[in-house]
Amino acid sequence: MRMAEKKYEGYPKEAPGTHLRTSDIREKKVSYTWWEPEVQYAWSVGHAMSEFLKGLKQGKILGIHCKRCKRVITPPRSFCEYCYGPTDEWIELPDTGIIETYSISYLDPNANRIEEPILIGVIDIDGADEHHGFMHYFGEMSKDEIKIGMKVKAVWKPENEREGAITDIKYFKPLRGGE
Amino acid sequence: MKKDVAVLGAGMTLFRRRLKETGKELSYLAAKQAMEEAGIQKDEIDMVVMGTAPDAFDGIHMKGENLLDGAAGANKPYVRVFNGGGTGVFAPIAGWWHVASGVADVCLVVCEEKMGSCYPHPQTAFRHIWDPILDRPLNPNLVWLFAMEMNRYMTVHNIKKEDIARIAVKNKRNAVGHPCAQLADPNITVDDVLNSEVMAWPVQRLDISPPSDGAAAIVYCSKDVVGKYTDDPIYVGGVGWNIDSTMWTNRDLYFPRYVALAAKMCYKMAGIHNPTKDIDFAEPYDPFDYKEAHHTEGLLLCKKGEAPLLTKEGVTARDGDLPICPSGGLLGVGNPIAATMGQKVCELYWQLAGKAGKRQIPGDPRVGVGQAWGDIMQMATVIALRRG
Repeated sequence: MRMAEKKYEGYPKEAPGTHLRTSDIREKKVSYTWWEPEVQYAWSVGHAMSEFLKGLKQGKILGIHCKRCKRVITPPRSFCEYCYGPTDEWIELPDTGIIETYSISYLDPNANRIEEPILIGVIDIDGADEHHGFMHYFGEMSKDEIKIGMKVKAVWKPENEREGAITDIKYFKPLRGGE
Repeated sequence: MKKDVAVLGAGMTLFRRRLKETGKELSYLAAKQAMEEAGIQKDEIDMVVMGTAPDAFDGIHMKGENLLDGAAGANKPYVRVFNGGGTGVFAPIAGWWHVASGVADVCLVVCEEKMGSCYPHPQTAFRHIWDPILDRPLNPNLVWLFAMEMNRYMTVHNIKKEDIARIAVKNKRNAVGHPCAQLADPNITVDDVLNSEVMAWPVQRLDISPPSDGAAAIVYCSKDVVGKYTDDPIYVGGVGWNIDSTMWTNRDLYFPRYVALAAKMCYKMAGIHNPTKDIDFAEPYDPFDYKEAHHTEGLLLCKKGEAPLLTKEGVTARDGDLPICPSGGLLGVGNPIAATMGQKVCELYWQLAGKAGKRQIPGDPRVGVGQAWGDIMQMATVIALRRG
């Protein structure tokens, strides 16, 4: 290995390094080693999130109250990160809210391209403090229709298919006038 | 009583999607360059700080130890620091406190990243940063996060996509003068950005900086010994850092409050009372074009929602009143996470020392501010460098 020979005006004087292309690896033009990690996890979900997930299984969105901050928080936690006191009272929130922000994604989780976009975003849940909610999918609306501020409502999996997970909600759909 | 800390030299490797060199070799190349510019040998370095982001990219658990030898750390006090994308400015902050505290006279800071090791795409490693209970069952892609923040920012302020795209154009053009640059493009236009592939609306391909391999380094010394090395020192004026809760769905993403808190900490230390007047140029973190605007506002360099207009009016151009990302930033030079210290801190030094060559800001810049951002839209790191 040597430092780059090309000198530049100003600093850095050199830009050392040797560019490799993905094709160099694919076509085995360079030496490399390969490793695929196999690791598995079983996370405990903790006190607050256990209650939240139990609520989802029953078709309810739960929030929790912080008396000192006068804040209704969802997703709930055992303590308030700002005043650092314990949260005190469980509150059942409506399963409606407004779209806080969203994206129209043409990428799958591994950055592969997909034809039919995923509508994803954050729902500001009604009854919780402003800008308080969680990420989820949107459905029963087109990519041209979705907008920030739209009223939405949860679409739940049938009760016998719920397992106490965020995916017990299938997606949020538009809440139409009169519903 | 804090010691004043001077920057003596800086170094950077080529930034590319994938480099042949190992992380150790890249660290060595960047460190050697910085040491050469500083005029110091390994035995003069009292302590070493390594900055490198998630182990998952290199695929080597506790990679700070793996990189040690390349960073001149063997048989020295050595520590690795890391806070995701914030690392590129946090490592030089940690290096600063080694010297400011008086425990080291000379400290070497090295930042390294090899995202190309995660094959075929580092996106697979990013899957592991999401909350396992709330987020992962939804199979999220990292770009979603930025798309959601960008949409919120654009919607709250009614900002046009073309006014954001102009930032990508500026930075990719600025990068033409940078020998390490991965995506410099002298001919890119706003239409190129607006017509590029939609990845996760509103994020399009040319709104994003590329994953890269690379390394960068700087050498610090205490004012007590600076006379041995230079007559015209560049000093660290101030440092600041701040982090908000991981519960990113519980705040309005339109403004990065934590950046403002970190900036205020830094400016207080640096004696910067009026940021828009006292700061001559800035290198805010720009992994996405909207992030430069978002961070320019967080750094209190303009009003909320005003940053894209500064670029439209030419204020942030290299020859404008407030040059922003004269290095070419992450958008133009590349985004090897921690190694972006090269644009965010090394560049401040080269500009203030009048050594930036084709990238040199005209006039007489005396104060520059660099900033990085990381973890899940929550971490800010800020540094101010000043001449004399």
